[in-house]
Amino acid sequence: MLEPVEPSLRRPPLLALPAMGWFMWFLLIPLGFVVVYSLSTKGLYGGVVYHFTFENYQRATDWIYLRIFWSSVKLATLTAFSCLVIGYPMAYVMATASLRVRSALLVLVVIPFWTNFVVRAYAIKLLFGEAGPINEFALAFGLIHEPIVFANSDLSVWVGMVTNYLPFMVLPLYVALEKFDFSLLEAAKDLGAPGWKILLKVLIPMTKPGIITGTIFVFTPALGEFVIPDLLGGAKTMLMGNLITDQFVKTRDWPFGSALSMLMILVVTASLGVYLKISATENAPVDATTVED
Amino acid sequence: MLELKGLEKKYGRNYTAVKKMDLTIREGEFFSILGPSGCGKTTLLRMIGGFETPSQGQIIYDGKRIDPLPANQRQFNMVFQRYALFPHLSVWENLAFGLKMKKVPEIDLRTRVNEALLMVKMESFAHRGIATLSGGQQQRIALARALVNRPRVLLLDEPLSALDLKLRQQMQVELLSIQRRLKHTFIFVTHDQEEALTLSDRIAVMNGGNVEQVGTPQEIYEYPKTPFVAQFIGQVNTIEGEVKEARPDTILVSGAARRVLMVKPSRDGQRPLPVALPGTPVKILVRPEKLKVLKSAPGPEQNAIEGTLREVLYQGAVTQLFVMPRDGSAPLIVSQPNTAVTARRSFNLGDKVFVAWLPEDCLLMGREAALPVAENSVSIAPPLLTVVGPPPESSGAALA
Ligand SMILES: Nc1ncnc2c1ncn2[C@@H]1O[C@H](COP(=O)(O)OP(=O)(O)OP(=O)(O)O)[C@@H](O)[C@H]1O
Ligand SMILES: [Mg+2]
Repeated sequence: MLEPVEPSLRRPPLLALPAMGWFMWFLLIPLGFVVVYSLSTKGLYGGVVYHFTFENYQRATDWIYLRIFWSSVKLATLTAFSCLVIGYPMAYVMATASLRVRSALLVLVVIPFWTNFVVRAYAIKLLFGEAGPINEFALAFGLIHEPIVFANSDLSVWVGMVTNYLPFMVLPLYVALEKFDFSLLEAAKDLGAPGWKILLKVLIPMTKPGIITGTIFVFTPALGEFVIPDLLGGAKTMLMGNLITDQFVKTRDWPFGSALSMLMILVVTASLGVYLKISATENAPVDATTVED
Repeated sequence: MLELKGLEKKYGRNYTAVKKMDLTIREGEFFSILGPSGCGKTTLLRMIGGFETPSQGQIIYDGKRIDPLPANQRQFNMVFQRYALFPHLSVWENLAFGLKMKKVPEIDLRTRVNEALLMVKMESFAHRGIATLSGGQQQRIALARALVNRPRVLLLDEPLSALDLKLRQQMQVELLSIQRRLKHTFIFVTHDQEEALTLSDRIAVMNGGNVEQVGTPQEIYEYPKTPFVAQFIGQVNTIEGEVKEARPDTILVSGAARRVLMVKPSRDGQRPLPVALPGTPVKILVRPEKLKVLKSAPGPEQNAIEGTLREVLYQGAVTQLFVMPRDGSAPLIVSQPNTAVTARRSFNLGDKVFVAWLPEDCLLMGREAALPVAENSVSIAPPLLTVVGPPPESSGAALA
């Protein structure tokens, strides 16, 4: 619920100029190039020839590429959903813990940012390796008789993705839950609501901004992610991320790569649009003018 | 009937917020819990509501123990100190919340929500968001949201404390009329003694986790059992001294400047004389409205203290006069209704005056705690009784 800012607190748009300039130069203008490239033709030796055509887009919507898109969307959705399910209770614990425990937990959430994510992905790979601690441990205690091969499995990709993106989910959720008035839970209980109803009817609707922000923060980068699936999944599956990188780095087909990029932007925008639409229809905030019945 | 038996709440190891409490609250009663900030009122109410687990003791409702039940399985509802309305729901949805949880059919739900809105005079606000309501309006909705469930017992935690005086008085009247109509049991927590006196059938006065006294507003005000109750409810003048002589119907107390004051049982016999040996340090408590300011000394049937008029405070309905006793003890506060006669100022600052009152209109207490009262039973320390004389009923009867 945004409250209108007092006129006296409004500042001239001057203050926003640096950020706007930054976005102009480093985002909008490059994006313009991508649009132009995507409509151009690949040169004989990998350059870009400004011979305008829609061919790249036609090619990009080929069944093969759409399947790759779909794999990416699936992986990003699974990652975002997993992070939400794992992150929500964690954020709840953080928001309700005593101040000291709270700061300790916050540090724990932020620690992963201190190391490069490639290093972290390797660490997970080692952890899951045939001679890794998990297998060693299970073997030592006789839980298994042969090492389990986790490496290059969907499981290890999933673990890697969730590990990497969890903080992006937990932090916005924590912010939303920290502002939450926990006496509302008592009020709901007082009115006879069982635990799961309290969660569904009070806690989740009221922390929705955090859920939406967290989901966007995880879903968007996860859609373009390919390093983690490559490292932990054994580069078996092609994803949008490596497909596009390949066009620029290996095949040197910049126009096609640009068209794929444009399509990806479209997919992200469309998915988020659908998501926001769905989440806005339930329990829409009430304002003074809406009248039902 | 709601019974609390030895109810206790400890926070941590050594802090007890509510101490071994025994209370009985009758069906359909407007029962107030009154006490200063931090005395454990909220804690007590939250234990009754099921939001706090008692460390010891039992809560019994209609003969059944309810303390092991969670809040959502008690037929009680609570109006929270800070309302706790759902900001993501409209007024209507807030009211419907509890009924939906109980799976009340849609038609029923509509009539009941409408009734509740009507009851708090908020029917035109049904579709407003909570954030758009004023404090007083939110307060009404909080009340309606609890009432719509037709709770057997309604728990109210200082629901009026956020309102300004006018609105507060208006809400008090509404609250009372709603309670009279519905005949639900109301347990009302407040730290405002006037509010408690105005609204309640009975009041429990709490202090430091203990109940000091339970009684009707009149009993609490006129016959406080402890110095704390006397001082917490309304204003009271305190005059220190020690018992000089205990006669069957009068106790004589000698104070500063060789003054002797009399204490007699109240005229209705509701307040007998306490048991006090000569030499016991005591205090006499007397309400400002029982005192009169006179220009000359009254007859011997009245107590009188001579002093100087220091301050006259006109307060609308009453005028308060501050008189400094000649012996230099604490100033006495006299409260006079501004009737046509007294409204004309008949005293000047600096006047020598007498503060007078009837021996039946004051209370005798120990310095720290109440003095023992020989009730109907003669079981209290027989040697004391022989000193004091016949039991107080007969002395009361003798007076009547
Ligand atoms: N969760 C808690 N942990 C520790 N101490 C607490 C807790 N809740 C209350 N207390 C303490 O118990 C005492 C009684 O608190 P309570 O809230 O019942 O007071 P109250 O009578 O309602 O006061 P007020 O009129 O200010 O609302 C206070 O001293 C308070 O500090
Ligand atoms: Mg309180």
